[in-house]
Amino acid sequence: MKRPMTCIACPQGCFMEVETDGSRLIGVSGHKCSRGAAYARQEIEAPVRTLTTSVLTRGLELKMLPVRSSKPIPKEKLFAAMDAVKLITVTSPVKAGAVVAADFLGLGVDLVACRELGSGLDS
Amino acid sequence: MKERELVIVGGGPAGMAAALAARASGVGDVLLLERDQHLGGILNQCIHPGFGLHHFKAELTGPEYAGRFADLVGRDRGIEVSLRSFAVGLNREKELSYLRPGALEEVKARSVILATGCRERTREMIPIPGSRPAGVYPAGLAQKMVNLEGWLPGREAVIVGSGDIGLIMARRLALEGVKVKAVIELQKVSRGLVRNVVQCLEDFGIPLYLRHRVSLIHGRDRVEKVDVVKVDEEFRDVPGSGFSIPCDTVLVSVGLIPENELLEMAGAEIDREKNTPVAPSVNLTSIPGVFACGNACKVYDLVDWVTRDSELAGRLAAEYLGLGKPPPARDASE
Ligand SMILES: Cc1cc2nc3c(=O)[nH]c(=O)nc-3n(C[C@H](O)[C@H](O)[C@H](O)COP(=O)(O)OP(=O)(O)OC[C@H]3O[C@@H](n4cnc5c(N)ncnc54)[C@H](O)[C@@H]3O)c2cc1C
Ligand code: SF4
Repeated sequence: MKRPMTCIACPQGCFMEVETDGSRLIGVSGHKCSRGAAYARQEIEAPVRTLTTSVLTRGLELKMLPVRSSKPIPKEKLFAAMDAVKLITVTSPVKAGAVVAADFLGLGVDLVACRELGSGLDS
Repeated sequence: MKERELVIVGGGPAGMAAALAARASGVGDVLLLERDQHLGGILNQCIHPGFGLHHFKAELTGPEYAGRFADLVGRDRGIEVSLRSFAVGLNREKELSYLRPGALEEVKARSVILATGCRERTREMIPIPGSRPAGVYPAGLAQKMVNLEGWLPGREAVIVGSGDIGLIMARRLALEGVKVKAVIELQKVSRGLVRNVVQCLEDFGIPLYLRHRVSLIHGRDRVEKVDVVKVDEEFRDVPGSGFSIPCDTVLVSVGLIPENELLEMAGAEIDREKNTPVAPSVNLTSIPGVFACGNACKVYDLVDWVTRDSELAGRLAAEYLGLGKPPPARDASE
């Protein structure tokens, strides 16, 4: 079965055509680089997305800390991940890249801080 | 009045890149003014990935992209960063005044780079008829509320305009549990990147109505619903095509407009329609020694190009100050 697919691995957004047998990739065309083929395979077999959101803080210089998953997570886990993020409060200063939650949801990825955040005392 | 070699207004990606490039070209003394309490500009609220693919060959979030530059700026002794400092005046002699907590400062600059970014076009600039209930927000303001302040604008949203900010906000709200009922676009294609249509709308099953417009916003105190109608090739309403979408929130994402009040105050020539400096090439203005870069110069889609062009602005300022290019290699070996 052939169907169109847009590669979202970079802003080029190549229009590809993928051929599948329902659960596996058989062929792909239209991609401008090899990442497109890898994306197509992943998207057919087990689609993943990087989660970016922000978590609540207490006593820090900003109310929210932006965070991301250290690697993409299964697309169907995005909402479960958002529910878990809402239970987190960061209360001590962090550096960019600091792990906010290790092995998040048992997915083998960490939730990491996207920026430095100091204590709110000086402001 | 204190004198400075170079004063840069705006500590977003444009101002930071310009400051670093000016330093690399030999400018000894840079004052960087930022009205916010942090460097980074609009990138602080753009928490999604998609920045730096060209400049860093990595897909960073906005805060990560800004953070890399803020670190470099912070480590450079020749750049004085003045936060919570709002530039309020500039004249042809490059005398600049700015407000910081408890003081009005004045400084005479030998050269100036304006990197003040954009503001959003509002509903008022793109007339949508109807009452003026609560619940109508510019998309970028909503982005700031959700990502920096931590509160949601409503429960059921319709987004007007399918530029990247509108698309990114559709996903952001959907992730936060808001029901995003539709994105309405007047043109026949989305104005945003296709990858954003895929990963922000299709991923979440959000319908995109192309060649449609919001004809009316209903609601007395709070938005209750919007009327939507299909338009033809000449943007005329198609009779009988109207329908309503109940919602309590409308995000308007209808583009950005450069912020150039200071330049105007100084008497530089401004393109009235685009609100950009009139000049023969990018980064220049009609006043010698006053430069503009980043979104203040023209609206950029990708921050990577903001960085590239703003570095050029930093070098132009150095050249204007008689510094410019480093001596050729053979001089160094002599
Ligand atoms: C709401 C919004 C969302 C965006 N989303 C994306 C996106 O998802 N992806 C993308 O690639 N691009 C996005 N952009 C485009 C983005 O703005 C540019 O890529 C880039 O951030 C522009 O950098 P800049 O430094 O020119 O402007 P800005 O980042 O806007 O920085 C300007 C700085 O100047 C400061 N300033 C302004 N006036 C004064 C003054 N008088 N005195 C002192 N300081 C002042 C401001 O506080 C601000 O920090 C978005 C833009 C907006 C407005
Ligand atoms: S195929 Fe390559 S160039 Fe095309 S969108 Fe994907 S990553 Fe980008």
